[in-house]
Amino acid sequence: MGEAAVSGPVSSPPGRAADRDGAWRRGLRTLFAPLVGALVGLGIGAVLIWLAGANPLEAYRAMLDGALGGRRQIVETLLKIGPLLIMGLGLTVAFRCQVWNIGGEGQYFMGALGAVLVGLWLQETASAWVVIPLMLAAGLLGGALWAGVAAWLKLRFGISEIISTIMLNFIAEYFVLFLARLPLKDPESFLPQSMQLVGPARMPTIYNRVHIGVLIALLLVPLIYVLLWRTPLGFKIRAIGSSQTVANYAGMNVVFGVAFALMFSGALAGLTGAIEVSALHSRLKDGISGGYGFTGILVALLGRLHPVGVLLAAVFFGILTVGVQSMHSIYGLPIALAQVLQGVIVLCVLVADVLARRWWRDA
Amino acid sequence: MSELQQVLTTTFVVGLFAAGMRLAIPIFLAALGEIITERGGVLNLGLEGIMLVGAFGGFAVAFYAQEALPAGAQWLAPWLGLAAGAAAGMVMGLLMAVLAVTLQTDQVIAGIMLVVLGTGVTTYFYRQWFGSLTARVESLPPVPIPVLADIPVLGPIFFQHDLMTYLSLAILLAGWYFLFRTTWGLNLRAAGELPAAADTSGVSVSAVRYAAVLIGAALTGLGGAVLTVAQLGIFSEGITAGRGWIAVALVIFANWRPGPAFAGAFLFGLATALQFRIQALNIPSLPYELLLMLPYVLTILALLVNSGASQAPAALGKPYVKE
Repeated sequence: MGEAAVSGPVSSPPGRAADRDGAWRRGLRTLFAPLVGALVGLGIGAVLIWLAGANPLEAYRAMLDGALGGRRQIVETLLKIGPLLIMGLGLTVAFRCQVWNIGGEGQYFMGALGAVLVGLWLQETASAWVVIPLMLAAGLLGGALWAGVAAWLKLRFGISEIISTIMLNFIAEYFVLFLARLPLKDPESFLPQSMQLVGPARMPTIYNRVHIGVLIALLLVPLIYVLLWRTPLGFKIRAIGSSQTVANYAGMNVVFGVAFALMFSGALAGLTGAIEVSALHSRLKDGISGGYGFTGILVALLGRLHPVGVLLAAVFFGILTVGVQSMHSIYGLPIALAQVLQGVIVLCVLVADVLARRWWRDA
Repeated sequence: MSELQQVLTTTFVVGLFAAGMRLAIPIFLAALGEIITERGGVLNLGLEGIMLVGAFGGFAVAFYAQEALPAGAQWLAPWLGLAAGAAAGMVMGLLMAVLAVTLQTDQVIAGIMLVVLGTGVTTYFYRQWFGSLTARVESLPPVPIPVLADIPVLGPIFFQHDLMTYLSLAILLAGWYFLFRTTWGLNLRAAGELPAAADTSGVSVSAVRYAAVLIGAALTGLGGAVLTVAQLGIFSEGITAGRGWIAVALVIFANWRPGPAFAGAFLFGLATALQFRIQALNIPSLPYELLLMLPYVLTILALLVNSGASQAPAALGKPYVKE
C-alpha cells in the first residue's frame, strides 16, 4: 500500500531536496489519514453518545479512566491488546499478499481446540515447561491446518478464500461446541463445556495477571517486520500482493506464497485461540472467541498493514474495548458501542486515505 | 430403520419442501440483488451487513408501527417493516456505492467494512431500543391461493405461503426481465462487461453502477426484513447467521443468473428445513451441531461443483477510470 510509489518505476528523482520533500509528504500523509479518521470516528461516536442521553466528553473521560486509570485497568487493557495484536499481525501478512482471510474466528477455535487437547492430555504428568510450548505449537498447527483447507480450496479449485473462510468459521465453531458438549465434556458440570485446563496447562503470568501471551504478542511485532521486509519470502509475499501477474512473470512461486500467507495468518489466529483458552477461559465452551477474528481485520487495516501501525492500532482498540465497559456500567451505553466506533473509525481512515492521496497528488 | 420410515412419509416430505420454499426467500432476494450489482461491475461483499441492517430496520419499524397503528390497520405494520428493510438496505448500499464507485476504494475491504458496521450498528441499536426484552412482531399470515392450494402435494409446497413469498417469485421474474429484456438491463450488463464501450456509447458508467448497487442493496435489505418481519417475528444479534455470505456464494454457483439462483436458494432452504426437522426428531446419535453445519458445508460443496465453470462479469470489482 504505502510504498507502492517507492518500488514502482519512479520517474527519476530530480534531486535530494525533492526526495526529502517527498519523504516528508509521504510521512505527513501516513499520519494524516489515521489521525483525521480517528477524530471523525470519535466525533460520530460522540453524536451516538449524545443521542443516548449522556455527555460525550464525560463518557470519553470515563472510557480513558476505565482503560488506563489505574494498575488494574492497565492490566485489563494489556490483556486485550495481546490477542488483538497477534490476530492483527497474522492478518497483516495475509492482506499484504492480497489474501483475504476472514476466517480468523474459525482458526482461533481450531487453535484453542489443539491447545486444549494437548493440555488435557499432558497436564497431569508434565511440567509447564513442556505443556505450554506444546499447547502453543498445537494452537499454531490447528489454526494453520484449518486455514490450509481454505488454501487448498482456493489453489486447487479456485474457490474464493473470502467465502470459504467464512463458511469454515461456522463449521469450526459448531465442531468445537460439539466436542465440548459430548466427547470432551466435563462430567462434573451441567453446562455443555469441556474438561478444565489446570496447573501446568494454564498460561504462566509475568506480572499481576499479565501472562506470557502478551509478551509473545509484543515479540511478534519485530518478527513480522523482519519477515515482511528483511527476508526473500517476505519480499515474495509483498510482490504477489502488489501484482500476481508480475510476480508470476518474475518466476515466483505464487501458489506457495499464497498458501504460506493464508496458513501463516491462520497459525497466528490459532495461537491467539491457544493463548486465550489457556490464560482466560480454561475450557472449550460457547462464547470463547471474543470476536478477535473480525476485530483483527480492523486492527490490521487501521495499522496500515505495518507491524508498528498494527501495534498502535491494537493499543487503541484495547483501550476502546476495555473503556467501553466503564461507559456501559456508568452511563448504560451498550457494549456494542466499541464495535460501532471501531468500524466507523477504520472506515473514516480508509476514506481519509483515499482523499489524502488525491489531494497530495494534485498539490 | 424405524426412524427412517418416520422421516419418509408424504406429509413429512411435503412439509419439508414447503418450509424449504419459505426459508429460501431471504437468501434468494439477497442473491438476486447481488447478481444485479455484480452484473453492473461492482463486487459488493457487504451483503451480510446489509441484510442485518434490513432485518433490524424492518423489525424496528414493524414493531413501532404495530404499537402506533389502530386495530383496523394492524395488517399494514409488517408491510411498512418490509419497505423499511429495503430502505435501510439502500442506505448501506449508498455507502457502498460512494466507497466503490466515487472513491474507488478496494471493493473487498469496503464490503468487509459494511459487514462490520452492519453487525455493530444493529447490535448497538437493538440493545439501546429493545434492551433485554424479547420484542415480537406479528409475522405475515399465509394466504392460500384459491383452487391451486388444493392441488395435492404441489398445493402445500407452492400455493399456501404468505404474500411476500409470492411477491418474491414476481421479483424473480421482474429481475430476469429487467436484466435480459430491457435497455436498462443491457446498459447495466455493459457497465459490468465492457465499461469503456458502454461509456463511449453514452452510458454513464458511474450512474449505472450507483443504480446497480442501490437496487441490489434494496433487495438484500428486503431479504433481511423478510427473515425477521415476515417469517420469524423476532430480531436477535447476528440473526442472519451467514445468509448474506451464502448469497454471495450462490451468485457464483448460479453463474450470475436469477433462475439458477432461485434453485440454489431453494436447495439451501431444503437443507435448513431438513436440519430443523431432524433436530426435532432428537436422534441422540446425530449431534445437532453437525446438522447446524449443513448449510455452510453445502455452500463450499456448491462452489466445488461449479468450480471452473464460472463466468463472472469481465469488469467485476474493477473501478472504472475514464480515459
